[in-house]
Amino acid sequence: MTTNKITTMLTRRRTTRWAAVAALAALAPLSLAACGGGGSAGSSGGDAGATVSSLKVLDYYTDEPGKTQIGDMLNACGTSIGVGSIEREAVPGPTLIQKVLQQASSKSLPDVLMLDNPDIQQIADTGALAPLGDFGLTADGYAPGPVAAATADGKLYGLQPGANTIAIFYRKDVLEKAGVKPPTTWDELRTAAKKLTVGKQYGFAFNATADYEGAWQFLPPMWTNGGDETDLKSPQVAQALQLWKDLVDDGSASKSVVNWKQSDVNDQFIAGKAAMMLNGPWQEPALDKAKVDYGVVPFPVNTAGQTSVAPLGGEAWTVPMTGDKARMAKAAELVKCMNSDDNQMLRAKQGGLVPTKLALASQFKSEVPAMAGFTDAVGQARARTGKLGAKWPDTAKTIYTGVQLVLTGQAAPADAMAKAGA
Amino acid sequence: MSATRTLAPGSVAPATGPAPAARRRSGSRRLEELSKVLFVVPAALAIVALFGYPVVKNVTMSFQDYGLKTFFTGEAPFVGLDNYVTVVSDAVFSKAVVNTALFTLGSIAGQFVLGMLLALFFHRSFPLSGVLRALFLLPWLLPLIVGSAAWRAIMEQDSGILNLTLERLGVVDTPVPWLTSPNVALLAVVLVNIWLGIPFNLTLLYSGLQDIPDELYEAGALDGATGWRAFWQITWPNLRPVVSVVLMLGVIYTLKVLDIILGLTQGGPANATQTIAIQSYQRSFVEFTFGEGAALSNILIVISLVFAVIYLRANRRQVDE
Repeated sequence: MTTNKITTMLTRRRTTRWAAVAALAALAPLSLAACGGGGSAGSSGGDAGATVSSLKVLDYYTDEPGKTQIGDMLNACGTSIGVGSIEREAVPGPTLIQKVLQQASSKSLPDVLMLDNPDIQQIADTGALAPLGDFGLTADGYAPGPVAAATADGKLYGLQPGANTIAIFYRKDVLEKAGVKPPTTWDELRTAAKKLTVGKQYGFAFNATADYEGAWQFLPPMWTNGGDETDLKSPQVAQALQLWKDLVDDGSASKSVVNWKQSDVNDQFIAGKAAMMLNGPWQEPALDKAKVDYGVVPFPVNTAGQTSVAPLGGEAWTVPMTGDKARMAKAAELVKCMNSDDNQMLRAKQGGLVPTKLALASQFKSEVPAMAGFTDAVGQARARTGKLGAKWPDTAKTIYTGVQLVLTGQAAPADAMAKAGA
Repeated sequence: MSATRTLAPGSVAPATGPAPAARRRSGSRRLEELSKVLFVVPAALAIVALFGYPVVKNVTMSFQDYGLKTFFTGEAPFVGLDNYVTVVSDAVFSKAVVNTALFTLGSIAGQFVLGMLLALFFHRSFPLSGVLRALFLLPWLLPLIVGSAAWRAIMEQDSGILNLTLERLGVVDTPVPWLTSPNVALLAVVLVNIWLGIPFNLTLLYSGLQDIPDELYEAGALDGATGWRAFWQITWPNLRPVVSVVLMLGVIYTLKVLDIILGLTQGGPANATQTIAIQSYQRSFVEFTFGEGAALSNILIVISLVFAVIYLRANRRQVDE
């Protein structure tokens, strides 16, 4: 009798537990579906006349002071185009594209998206961006580099308010003491670097890491010498590789350049372990803070008659295909405002950039003489994706691998690019 | 198994009751069967959602042209074995396979031998042994990014503290190009990974040692088994189950190591530290060819599975013994 009672009690208690388990089991697929699906939000269309009270913006300015400066500029532009609130999100640079991909698959792309210029064509190629011409925006009067970077299949997808590039930074005091003038030719660069290599101080520092940064830093010698990304096996490219190799073989640049990022190069320069370096204007706040007395000159040329060509850097504002016409139109207005003459000048002064509108260049040079070395370089700057478009990343991989093969003695400059997969 | 047997009081109830009771009993048995199934359901769902789905997705992705476009259009055309052909015929693949093997073997050998020696050392407790043992766990507490950044500075060729120390001590005449020479970089990466793996080996082996009853050593000592003899005759056989777990987990953890190599060399210089895991990461998250990245990670999963099977086999043999 007692056993029976206990059994029924146990059974009853089990029944309630089963019920709970069954209920949970039934719920599980539902919650899973909620996580997965995504649905087709945002495809509702909406007519162009509807009012837009807020815009979503995504960028990668996570560090101060850029974070606040961009935020203020976005808010001011929002007010001027009659959009009450700007819902801005900033994610770290390396994760931006992954974030965009997540948003694309869940159909939650922002209204305005900032992209690093070499990424624009790759993203535009997927159909995620709206041609700015649809909203009446053009890039008339802009420097050719930023326009080439933002153009795919003849359509403009982004407007870039400010540009930067890389050039030679030198320590004025050190060069003066050694009686060395900033180099204007490759020969001068080699002799100057050799002469400046004393004790723990190298003459020159650059970045040759196994990543896109390493490829970007090889472009000044490659392009200046007439090399081209569409023909990496050319003698012009081999000569540029030879220059990098000579600088390291001479002992004028550390063998560690294969492992130095641009920030490491800057640290070496600040620490007095390099008299000259190849770097960009975004390092200037750190240099000023460390009270380094420096000057900037464009990358030297190999032979007389060549012009110094450096790669274009900087970010553009784009309008993703969210499907809501009214919001997209407002988003284009925001992009236009971020690129107004006043905002180009302001952003350039704040962010160590050069305005991309050619008409602003002379005014900028007179107002910010310290950036003169970069202003001319940006006018000549060439977009990495200008010729190859979405195929640039593959070529960049070949370039940095080739550079590393040469610098570690695995291949001669003449056949390094072939060995790297060109 | 034994738990269910003891926890089934209903089945041992006396069978002398009247007919209705018997019917009730068979009904309750069916309910019990159902309850068993239902108890498994949440775990099964979790496994399907958290392990099954990603693995299946990874396998299907590896047969698709799954790139940037897929995220916007949702289209991922089936391409058969193309992704596998692409990644295997890549010039760097064979190098990555060899590097993966060397990296795993070197790391495991170093971690295990050092971890074992330290575990034996700490097993004979001495003043401050607890504090020292805790200090050895530090690498585990340090975020990997921080650890690899610190090691990058330590191993810097010109001004790194490692070279300065070695030169001062007269061990080397010229600075060792730890991270800048293709001949040394893999060794450098292995050394850092050994440093990182010691706490794991030390902790597990140490706890294994503590489970061996002291009486065994006392009895062994009476029979003349001390020192090395005691280690091989008593410690090693008793530690074998722990050893096989440590080695198997170690191999699987090491095969997929990513952060240390990315932080130290990014696979360079000149591809000297490329492994299958690095290749997979770069194809997926740098080049955004997710199909090819998935193909590589499937290759890695198969290699891990081989080791898991070896482990299970070895374990079964032990149980049979």
